[in-house]
Amino acid sequence: MFKSIRIRAALAAVVCLAALVYLLPSVTDNLPSFWKEHLTKEKIHLGLDLQGGTHLVLEVDTNKAVESSLERMANNLKDTLMENKVRFHNLERRKGDIIVEMQEGAPGGSIENILKDHFPDLEIASSEKVAGKETATLRFQAKRIAEIKKLAVEQSLETIRNRVDQFGVSEPEIIPEGTDRIIVQLPGIKDVERAKNLIGKTALLEFKLVDDEHSLDDALKGNVPEGDVLLYGYNQNRETGGRTSSPYLLKNKTLMTGESIESAQVKISDRFGESYVSIKFNPQGAADFERITGENVKKRLAIILDGAVYSAPVIQERIGGGQAQITGSFTLDDAKDLAIVLRAGALPAPVNVLEERTVGPSLGQDSIEKGLWSTFIAGMLVIIFMLVYYKLSGIIADVALLLNMLLLVGALAAFRATLTLPGIAGIVLTIGMAVDANVLIFERIKEELRTGKTVRAAIEAGYNKAFSAILDSNVTTLIAAVFLFQFGTGPVKGFAVTLTIGLIASMFTAIFVTRIIFDYFAWSKKIQTLSV
Amino acid sequence: MELIKSSTNINFVGSFKVAATISLIVIAISIGSVIMHGGLNLGIDFAGGTVMQVKFPKATSTESIRDALKQIKLEGSIIQQFSSQEVVIRTAEASSDLKGLSSRVKEALSTAYGKGGYEVRRVEVVGPKVGKDITNKAIMAIVFSWIAMLVYVAWRFEFRFGVGGIVALIHDVIVTIGVLSLLNREFSLTIIAALLTIVGYSINDTIVIYDRIRENMRKGLKKNLGEIMNISINETLGRTILTSLTVFFVLVILLVMGGEVLYDFTLAMLVGVISGVYSTVYIASPLVLAWEKIRPSKMRKI
Repeated sequence: MFKSIRIRAALAAVVCLAALVYLLPSVTDNLPSFWKEHLTKEKIHLGLDLQGGTHLVLEVDTNKAVESSLERMANNLKDTLMENKVRFHNLERRKGDIIVEMQEGAPGGSIENILKDHFPDLEIASSEKVAGKETATLRFQAKRIAEIKKLAVEQSLETIRNRVDQFGVSEPEIIPEGTDRIIVQLPGIKDVERAKNLIGKTALLEFKLVDDEHSLDDALKGNVPEGDVLLYGYNQNRETGGRTSSPYLLKNKTLMTGESIESAQVKISDRFGESYVSIKFNPQGAADFERITGENVKKRLAIILDGAVYSAPVIQERIGGGQAQITGSFTLDDAKDLAIVLRAGALPAPVNVLEERTVGPSLGQDSIEKGLWSTFIAGMLVIIFMLVYYKLSGIIADVALLLNMLLLVGALAAFRATLTLPGIAGIVLTIGMAVDANVLIFERIKEELRTGKTVRAAIEAGYNKAFSAILDSNVTTLIAAVFLFQFGTGPVKGFAVTLTIGLIASMFTAIFVTRIIFDYFAWSKKIQTLSV
Repeated sequence: MELIKSSTNINFVGSFKVAATISLIVIAISIGSVIMHGGLNLGIDFAGGTVMQVKFPKATSTESIRDALKQIKLEGSIIQQFSSQEVVIRTAEASSDLKGLSSRVKEALSTAYGKGGYEVRRVEVVGPKVGKDITNKAIMAIVFSWIAMLVYVAWRFEFRFGVGGIVALIHDVIVTIGVLSLLNREFSLTIIAALLTIVGYSINDTIVIYDRIRENMRKGLKKNLGEIMNISINETLGRTILTSLTVFFVLVILLVMGGEVLYDFTLAMLVGVISGVYSTVYIASPLVLAWEKIRPSKMRKI
């Protein structure tokens, strides 16, 4: 260590001043603008359990993403086979496979050619010939599956980010975790249910034609015609709050999806003051829409969101201009949320909520108060104790403690670490454990004094001999803190951080800073006895 | 001021056998309690499920809340009362759909008390997948921390010291879990954090005494290890008591003033700290002593 007291004192002062600089923004808002620009204006970052908010762990169902891709492939394959005049009995997707049944002897080899030429991502997993029929099972190549899964997660991340952005939460965090999980943190959010719905909604918008030719009743009894699908629409009776569902028989082929939508806005209808969503298609979408409406005048076009029919208005005439309306029994919030998901786009795969932790702002506020009071009282107790037990040296220990706290909080602000409720517990615990280093040194000094050494020698011996104990014991606690940090979730991580910083700061103050004060009295002031 | 006279000479080593018996009994009680309770009282962090902390503007009984939950068939939930106005509702993981669970509970409460008639202070939902993840991570963290301590202490001192230390740590964790089990407290993530902290604190404590033993061994005194240990423990007694007292007081304050969220954590820490001091003197050191009788240490200057 440097011998000169002045240099050491200057060094200590610089470190403490730095901490103060980082600490100030959290304490006061009235900082001169030069400060804000050149130094820092970051307040201490509070965890969700202190400021209130919600933490969600979402899982992207990547398998479903693969299945949807495969479904689209199957449809394309059907079309291509027919174009190339390759005959087949049946082609359908079952889970992760496409099964193609053909007549034996029919140009089966051409399946391989078709795949090679048009569908390089598919491969023949197996094929068998049974009773004159040849059945080939096709799958995605493993490489392609991995790609689809990765893409699904990335797209989901992007889409969720867009949705959350539009929701207007300040400082949201959306981070991927592992291969298929996404962490969403929304500080200060008021309506958690609405946020969860908004984020988790797959929001697949589809346009299908209503099948007026076949009987709806027949279908309800179980006879759904080939190429049709039975879907339901839900109506909420505003007065009774009850829900009714009405069935629709639709042609399965999806004519357009939400991808064709360029923008969506909430509007209020003049007639009943109801909210609805007005959508505008992109140029290709507008052209498609014009064609579809032109070809199907007087038929009904169903607008379906995530498999539920919102409405099925009659197409009065060909609609150019690329605009349409989605009506339903919407509240204003419903309409706003629908517009948000339409603008942000559909999720490529369903998203499940694996974990949710929400803390209301009142509990957060309570926790902060309790935490601060505990810290204060614990601090007072320890300060008084040190004073009483070690007398004047106790004052030195107390100064070290206060500096310790200053450095701890300053470091939290400087590293932009998050302060959580367990983190505050960590600060309180640090107050208790930090004194340990001082105690070790002081007890050692006492011992050395008892053997008759001079004040200077006793101080020197005390610090030197106590050092190994302080180092080893603190290093092991730090190891434990590292494990805590690795293993813990948000709040627990906060505890590990404050404990770690607290211990390192305590080593600095106990070994370096207090030594300056002792040395000053021993060398400069040349005292003969030590009050310890 | 002197809490402990500098010339104390308590014969700690003499009571090692008695202490060993006490330790075994305490460990037996701890393990026994866990077995009797049929395992640990696992919180949702490990078992999965939903927890909601709800505050009412006036005193509300658990019966009325249970009635309200009957509508959505959740009257079997555990309802714990924090205060006359505040409860914690815990629904079992076995309930069908975890996704909509919290919103359904909110709906049921709205129906019974009106939309503004209650305040949701906190919600935690843990799906079964995450629950299992957390359980695995927790066990690994504790076991690896033990191993890490063993390695570090063995490196800085000698292998036998590492073994003494790790046995003391295992003792501390078992005792803490045992006491929590006796009091039927819930096992949550923060309890694991407390256990890891206890590991850190206990080894911290143990090392201070080891350090003194090492120093005295190197002095070349003409005493056997048992006597050196006695001297070392007596010499560090002042510091041991002082530090333990400060940590203890600080934790008591946290327990009383820290609020419900931190309560279990602080309780675990308190038990662990007491156990930590005990294990340092009466488990770690005796083990090193016993080892010495089988094979003398290389750290001594003869």
